[in-house]
This record gives sequence, structure tokens and C-alpha cells, in this order.
Amino acid sequence: MSLHVLDTPATAPPSQVPALLHRTGAAGAAILSRWGLLLAFLLLWQVASVQGWVSASVLPPLGTIAGALWRGIVGGALLDDLAISLQRSGLAFASAVGLGIPLGLLMGQLRPVERALDPILQLFRQTSALALYPVFILLLGLGEASKVFVIFWATLFPILLATIGGVKEVDAKLIEMARSYGATRATVFRRVILPASVPQIFVGLRLSATTALLLLIAAEMIGANRGLGFQVMNAQYNFQVPLMWAAILLLALLGLAANAVLVLLQRRLCRWSADAR
Amino acid sequence: MGAQAIARRGEVAVRGLSKSFALAGGRLNVLRGLDLDIRAGECLAIVGASGSGKTTLLRMLAGLESPDAGEVRIDGVPVRGVGTERAVIFQEPRLLPWLTVLGNVAFGLEARGLPPPEAEVRARETIHLVGLADFEAAFPRQLSGGMAQRAGIARALAVRPEILLLDEPLGALDAMTRMTLQEELARIWRDERVTMILVTHDLEEAILLADRVLVLPRSKGERPRLVDVALARPRDRSEQNFVALRRRLMAELSLH
Repeated sequence: MSLHVLDTPATAPPSQVPALLHRTGAAGAAILSRWGLLLAFLLLWQVASVQGWVSASVLPPLGTIAGALWRGIVGGALLDDLAISLQRSGLAFASAVGLGIPLGLLMGQLRPVERALDPILQLFRQTSALALYPVFILLLGLGEASKVFVIFWATLFPILLATIGGVKEVDAKLIEMARSYGATRATVFRRVILPASVPQIFVGLRLSATTALLLLIAAEMIGANRGLGFQVMNAQYNFQVPLMWAAILLLALLGLAANAVLVLLQRRLCRWSADAR
Repeated sequence: MGAQAIARRGEVAVRGLSKSFALAGGRLNVLRGLDLDIRAGECLAIVGASGSGKTTLLRMLAGLESPDAGEVRIDGVPVRGVGTERAVIFQEPRLLPWLTVLGNVAFGLEARGLPPPEAEVRARETIHLVGLADFEAAFPRQLSGGMAQRAGIARALAVRPEILLLDEPLGALDAMTRMTLQEELARIWRDERVTMILVTHDLEEAILLADRVLVLPRSKGERPRLVDVALARPRDRSEQNFVALRRRLMAELSLH
């Protein structure tokens, strides 16, 4: 954009028409630089599939996948999978948020509590949730509880650790300022520590949302008979490749949607922060 | 000197004040047995090399730190922690980045228990006073350094303290902004009739604003010295007596 401006000689202002062309061109260039690679990727997929460069039975044409997606949604099969997957990951994520944020806020402020809990938290965090999934199945059975719990387990730590970090990193000078005006501990917490931690907490939330979907798919692939993760695996077994791709696509869209919601929320809550992205 | 005649509150008495800090391999004595009387409505500047304890003294006056020995009395009452008759202006504006200028200035009032609507009204008045009326709705990141410090000053003034404690308040600003804000502080001191205690490393600032200058020695063997600034206000930095006093203070400082 700025290049166009620089290219225009300052002495001879351009007429309206070339300016408009420049602007449309600039807008086109912006769209192209943002979405160009994605479009090229989709185009390559389509051409490769139709031209037979790759086996169309593994990478079906986009239209076939869209068709499978449409049938799955209209017929309700994929919708049921989507609903149960959303329920599992949503329940686990909400529980992780409900426990992780309050616990993190507490731990970030009480140094002894944090010091006492830190070793065991580090151990838990470093133990892969998937490695523990068989244990959870033994404890909670093959039903919903073990699936929700394994997702909850994996999502809890990013939120918890980000919240603790957020609280600990609050500028001590701001806390002292509040204290110098006689603010009580509760006021300092509510008006300084909490708002200052929000950006960090959101980092944890976004990380946790990604983790939740990852664990959801893994858990559903291992021990489920419904859900998008199950459908990906099941469609592959039955060689319903377009349906498999449709389920994968839905999972990708789910991830994008979750992230978009969190980004939107973050923008609303962190308008003051220059780096709220 | 009219301010002193009218302001009867905001008198500070320091008796035998001592403070040391634990340091690797021993203790560092920062202040040892300091006695000092600050009159109500006076402007006292505290100067001294870094490590002379000037900021520590101010923090003890503010109640943000407690002395090892001795005490500070304000209007006869011993200081125990922070108090509503004092307000601190820090070197950094220390604005809450998620609040607007209005929110930040109202913050101190709200922290002291004033209901938000009333706090807002008084915050508006004070913002006007420091010339930030057009920036009420701005967030701190949108402010220049000088404007941010003005907001910090407004926050302190809004609580209507008897004693204003300033810890190198203009130290981080560029020369031009600093000069403007020095004039502003002189005006505020005159109009608000507060006791002003100002820690600074800028001798010109000390002479421009203060009735007396406390020179803290670097070596703890020597006694702190009080220097009267017997210059008529408003003061002129280029005037002969001003320059002479500046030279004298410089000599005092380098002696220690």
C-alpha cells in the first residue's frame, strides 16, 4: 500500500481513475497475500485429484468431500457426531476453566501454596494425558466419564499454569500504587491483579482449547463408537474416504471456531492492551 | 508564604529515624538517626547521591516501608503504614493500563471508599486542573510520558492529601516536558496549599520548588544538612542568586 503511495510522483497528482485502480489493486493484493496460499493449496488438491496425480480414492475431489459433508449434515449422522464431540470437549474445557482459573488465581498469590503444589503439578503436567487414558478407563470405565476426564486432565494444566504465571507477573509497582491509596487486599485483587492477569489467562485458554480438541480426537479414536474422532477412524476402516475427510474438515472448522470465539472475547476484554490480537 | 499561614495540617516530625537493608555479607545502613521537622504547607526537597537514602526516607514517610528505629509523626500522630492524609507520586506514572485516564484518576478515590459516581465527579475536576480534560477517555498507552505523569499527579491530587510525597516525579521525562511540569508543580503547591516533600536528583528543580533543601550525605559519618532557599517566587532559573545557590548545593553534594 505504502509502495503505491511512494511510487506516485508528488508533483503530479494522479487522476481519479488510476487512483481507483491502484486502490482496487492494493485491495486485491491484500486479499491475495492473505488467502493466496490457501487458494493455491485447494486448487492443487483439486487438480491433483481430478488429473489422477494422486489416487482420487485417498484424496477425493473437493466436490466429493463437500457432498459427503452435506449428506452427513442433512442426514444427521455427522451432526450427531459433532454434538457428542462438542459435549465431551465442552464439558471438559468448562470444568478445566472452572477449576484452573480460580485455583491459578489462588496459587499465584499464595507463594507457599504455589511452592507446595508446584512439584506435583509439574509431574502431572509432564505425564502425557494419553498415557494415562488407559488408567482413566480402568478407573472410570469406557463410557463418557473417562473421555471427558482425560480431556479435562490435559486442558487443566495450560489454563492453570498460565493463570499462575499471569498473577505472578503482575507489576509489583502497580500493586504498591494501589496499596499507597489504602486499597484493601480484596480491592488490590479485584482491581489490579485480576485485570492484569487476563491477557495471560487468555493465552492459557487458547492453548487449552487446542489441547481439548486434540485429546478429544485421540480419546474418540481409541475408545468410542460415536463422535467426530470415531467417525474419522470408522470411515477409514470402511473406506468411506469422502466421509473421513468430511469429519476431518468438521474438526478443523471446530478448532477454528473455538479459537475465533476466544480471540473475539479477548478483544472485548483486553481492548486496553495494544497487543490484544 | 501565605500558604504556610493558612495550612495548619500536614506537619511532619521525624525523630531518630534509622533504616538498614540486608546485603550480601552484612547490612547497609541507609539512614541513621535522622531528625527532621517539616512545617505544614512547606515544600521540602530532598537531594543526595544515589544510595544516600532519599527514596527510602520518602517511602518511610509514605508508610510503604517501616523504619528499624525512630518514628515519623504527622500532625502529632505516629505513622503506621499508609494514611489518607498522604498521597505518593512515583517516578513512573503507574497508571492501570486497562483504565482510562478518568478511571485511573478515580481509582485512588475509589480505593479510599468514595462511591464511584462521586469519585468520577472529583476525578473530572482534577483532570481539568492538570490540563488533561481532552484525554479523559484515553488509555495510558495512548498518552505521552508527560501526559501520563500528569494523570499520575491528578490521581494523587484528587484524594486531596495534606501531604504530597513525590519520588523523582519528573526524572523520566525529557527536558522540555520536565520544565513545563516543574512550573505546574509550583502552581499546584501554591494553589492546593499542601505540604510537598520532593525527592529529586535535579538541583534546579529543588531550588525552583522548595522552601528548604535537605542534602543527604553519601557517607553515613556526616550529618544531613538543611539549606534554606531564600528566593522570591516565582523563581527564575537564570537569576544570579538562583545560580549561586545551585553552585552551593553542588558543592555540598560533592563534598560528601
